[in-house]
Amino acid sequence: MDPIIEGIIRAINLILSGDPEVLGITALSLLISGSGTVLSCVWSIPTSVGLALRGFHGRRVVKGLFNALMGIPTVALGLFLYLLLSRSGPLGYFQLLYSPYAIMIGQSILVTPIVVSFSTSALESVDPDLRRLARTLGASDLQMYGVVIREGFWGVVLAVIAAFNRAFAELGIAMMLGGNIRNITRVLTTAIALETSRGDIALSIAFTLILLTITMSLSIAVNLARKSTT
Amino acid sequence: MMRLSRSALTKLQASILVIVALATVTLGVYGYNLSLTQPKARLIVSTTTSLYETRFLDELKSKFELKYPNLNVSFISQGTGLAIQTAMRGDADMILVHDPAREYQFLKGGYGVNRKIVAYNFFVIVGPSEDPAGISGKSPSEAFSRIRSAGLNGTAVWVSRGDDSGTHAKEKTLWKAIGLDAEKLRAEAWYLEAGSGMTATLKLANEKRGYTLTDVGTYLLNFNNHNIDLVKLVESGKSMLNVYSVMADSPKNANMTKANFEGSMQFIRFLVSSEGQALFAQFGVDKYGLPLFKPYVKLTENQSDSEIIGWIRDLAFFEGSECPQEFRYQADDLYSAQELGTIEVPSILTGLEERKVASWIQSLKA
Repeated sequence: MDPIIEGIIRAINLILSGDPEVLGITALSLLISGSGTVLSCVWSIPTSVGLALRGFHGRRVVKGLFNALMGIPTVALGLFLYLLLSRSGPLGYFQLLYSPYAIMIGQSILVTPIVVSFSTSALESVDPDLRRLARTLGASDLQMYGVVIREGFWGVVLAVIAAFNRAFAELGIAMMLGGNIRNITRVLTTAIALETSRGDIALSIAFTLILLTITMSLSIAVNLARKSTT
Repeated sequence: MMRLSRSALTKLQASILVIVALATVTLGVYGYNLSLTQPKARLIVSTTTSLYETRFLDELKSKFELKYPNLNVSFISQGTGLAIQTAMRGDADMILVHDPAREYQFLKGGYGVNRKIVAYNFFVIVGPSEDPAGISGKSPSEAFSRIRSAGLNGTAVWVSRGDDSGTHAKEKTLWKAIGLDAEKLRAEAWYLEAGSGMTATLKLANEKRGYTLTDVGTYLLNFNNHNIDLVKLVESGKSMLNVYSVMADSPKNANMTKANFEGSMQFIRFLVSSEGQALFAQFGVDKYGLPLFKPYVKLTENQSDSEIIGWIRDLAFFEGSECPQEFRYQADDLYSAQELGTIEVPSILTGLEERKVASWIQSLKA
């Protein structure tokens, strides 16, 4: 029991005293997973608008596919991208492996199904009458999308936050594509794995507390915001 | 209805603006950070967990980068087997490992050049203090056969690294020395495989009250941190020698760039320089009262322990050399002095340094 309590106390001290190592790793984590999620939105949100609002053949199959891909194991995706990005692989020319870009790209792909699936259902749940109303008032396609996105806005935000949480908390891609290099690709999850294997439990607990605090407070904040607007 | 939707619109716009602003700032800061580190050449060293977990490499990195500010060293910590594979694929610029047999394969395959032995220490067999197999003070081979018979009786457990690392390779050689095939032992119930790094394996052995083979550095680290209470039961002896060497990816390998090779050579030269060797000699002295890794180049310069020099020659030399001529590339100056085994002027200097370290140890103990 002692080492756990001792670990938690030291962990809280490390966080409160603003230990540069802990802060640096946290900032890097936020940056990499944040940009990965934003990158993913560039293609995921238009995709979900298309899926939710345009009737086309095979729509259900595509939706089903994205749903199925939501649970893709991070190590599987990590391995696949590792082989692609390795200097001896097809994309080796860009020398991306073991760089923060590699993690960013990997996580953006990882969270794509989450953003697509969640925002598609958020947009689909918008009252269809609204679409018809917009049409009868003479809205163009783009204007009609705007109206629906506005209505389903918090659903989409929730999808993006869920995606960020997944990227932020995943280990496989960060470890395999980043290599856990200090100051460059060491993020919270790889740091937890390393410090646990190195036996520095206090640091592990500190990183875990930060990880939990950030993911949980994000989810809670979004839920509160959504409640206050509806 | 109209008013409601208009206020929702502004709220939406505000939120989107905030999100976009945040994202832009995020990407901006991120890009700026990267652009700061970009002009440095990045040197990737794939290495063993035993060196990495002790934090020695962190110290090495900071000292090296202080001296060569245009180079950025990144360590990827893997077992020796994986580390070599990473370098073979061209994903690392050099390797720092401890498995002579596979290093030789690496050189012969044309993947690496300019091998230098940099440091050594010993493997130890550790186990629970009650020592159910009764191996304390025995020879390594006697200890291994006792562990197996106790294992078959159900009174002892062996924990293997099982990750193809240098330590794992050494373990397999030790089983082979008493005529056992580690591949077959895997089927036996007393033989557990951790499949992970040295600290994780030690902790597993600690939980299971089992025996395991470890490098002495990682053992001391974990013992002093109270991660484990296993005790050293068998130590020293020629077969327990653990030799760390470094080599660069061959510049003839298509995936290598010239800058990377030159950076690797600078790192190798730093490791064998008296400054680099002193880092080995000092690391861990303050915490454990003795260095976790012993500098090899310094040893040959002093000729201070001819027995160990002989053991290293037997175990870690190929064709009578730490790096035969055919595996050298524009670096003959790295070898001449040691090959001849001459005592040169610098040895007086390093001798002085050693005395300095020794007196420092004394003062710390006092």
